[in-house]
Amino acid sequence: MYDGGKVIIGLIVLFIICTFPFFYNMGRAAKVPEPKLDTPAIKKLPEWERVCVQPTPWMRANHMRLLDHWRNWALREANREYIGFNGKRYTISLQNTCLNCHSNYDKFCNECHSYMGIKPYCWGCHLQKPKEWAKGELKEGR
Amino acid sequence: MSFNLAWYCSFFLVLVLIFVPIIGVTAGLEVVFGIIIPYLAILIFFVGMVYKVVIWARTPVPFRIPTTCGQQKSLPWLKRTLRDRLENPFTTWEVIGRMILEVFFFRSLFRNIKAQLRDEPSYPEKKRLVYWSSKWLWLGAIAFHYSFLVILIRHLWLFTEPVPSFVRLVEHIDSFFQLYVPAVYISGIVLIVALTYLLLRRIFDPKLRYISLFSDYLPLFWLLAIGISGILMRYFFKVDMTAVKELTLGLASLHPHIPKEHIGVIFYVHLFLVSSFFAYFPFTKLAHMAGIFMSMTRNLANNNRAVRHVNPWNYPVRVKTYLDQENDWREDMAKFGLPLEISVEEAKKLGKEKLEELADEEAARLYNKLSGNRHAPVFPETEFLRKQIKEE
Repeated sequence: MYDGGKVIIGLIVLFIICTFPFFYNMGRAAKVPEPKLDTPAIKKLPEWERVCVQPTPWMRANHMRLLDHWRNWALREANREYIGFNGKRYTISLQNTCLNCHSNYDKFCNECHSYMGIKPYCWGCHLQKPKEWAKGELKEGR
Repeated sequence: MSFNLAWYCSFFLVLVLIFVPIIGVTAGLEVVFGIIIPYLAILIFFVGMVYKVVIWARTPVPFRIPTTCGQQKSLPWLKRTLRDRLENPFTTWEVIGRMILEVFFFRSLFRNIKAQLRDEPSYPEKKRLVYWSSKWLWLGAIAFHYSFLVILIRHLWLFTEPVPSFVRLVEHIDSFFQLYVPAVYISGIVLIVALTYLLLRRIFDPKLRYISLFSDYLPLFWLLAIGISGILMRYFFKVDMTAVKELTLGLASLHPHIPKEHIGVIFYVHLFLVSSFFAYFPFTKLAHMAGIFMSMTRNLANNNRAVRHVNPWNYPVRVKTYLDQENDWREDMAKFGLPLEISVEEAKKLGKEKLEELADEEAARLYNKLSGNRHAPVFPETEFLRKQIKEE
């Protein structure tokens, strides 16, 4: 092999780039997020009524689109009524409907969002966020 | 391969690559498509790249063959500008500068020119041949490569916990316009536009169409499929990204498992396209990722006129010295009054073997002086001839 030293250095750089995430994560056990649903409002509900406005798998994938739509409907179209997947009527309101049940920001919203490295920008407008929520919040993000 | 065959074969191959994971995951083979194939792919990618690089590194490049386009270093009064030094490097630092221009700014593509016949009424032929700068390939290539790099860096969020700040910064800048929810990444749009341009220029430029092969269309379709599947997954057929990160982080930390939450099939399509692409990577033209650093027309200093480069497999040549000439024709040379290093009487005293020995030493000295060799050379052909003579 000609210029073996330089070639091997190049291959080591390639190897480090390929395996960067492995070394970065080493020694840190990533906890799989488990959003908690044990708020007082949810506990009060009977078992069969413990459903969101849409089924859970759909909400896990699409909640950001739903919240965006809700904002547009409520603020731009003055439409405050939403009919859930089971025919139940809901008032379109982040603070009065969503957060009524999911009142545990750190254990619900932030559980996944910090794992994903995403900062939701709900709180840019919704100033009534309880102070204790701010503790676990991310410094920067998208 | 004709255009039609190349085009359709590569197109349908990518279609097959899309349908394989759809069928596989529907049949419940999540472990195969989510764990086994990605691991195999990264293994093939790395081993393949090493294999390729080692093959290149074992190929000797005995001479300096850089392709240059600036004034080379010459006599002191021939001035060289910075541009000349970068286009026609003489020292290692100039070579490094040249490589940086090539790797980061695609210098050689920037130099593209295009020949065109322009109307010129004042000319007898009414036409004039002009060569003008053509930057479109450069623009398409640089847009594609940089958006691909940004996308690769952004994807690190899937493999790291906590997400490193530079990844977050890249995401932040990339979603600068804050359009739509989730925010549209500029790099995704640029990637698709650039790839589409690079594909269309192969299809619609007759000259390019003539020289384009199956292996040119395939990576373009493949990358388009990867980009489109990723965009569809992010904005349209949404999947549970927490579960996706659980899977990818498991892969990165070598604790692979399939999460219990369902992940949409579009994710497996994207993952399979990416995995198969990485496995395909080292064995095709895409290996230019490593090859650019090893291309001998770019990474060598143009110092042929200042430094002697000896071919590494040249065996030492036993040159015929003046003493050899003397040994063969001493009496005749003396008769004609030609100068002698060893006179006829002295030669008789020394004997034939001693004279041969002296001639060998002289040849070795000459060889060492020319080659810069510090060790006593072995002249294989002389040894061979001597052996033959002895045997006879």
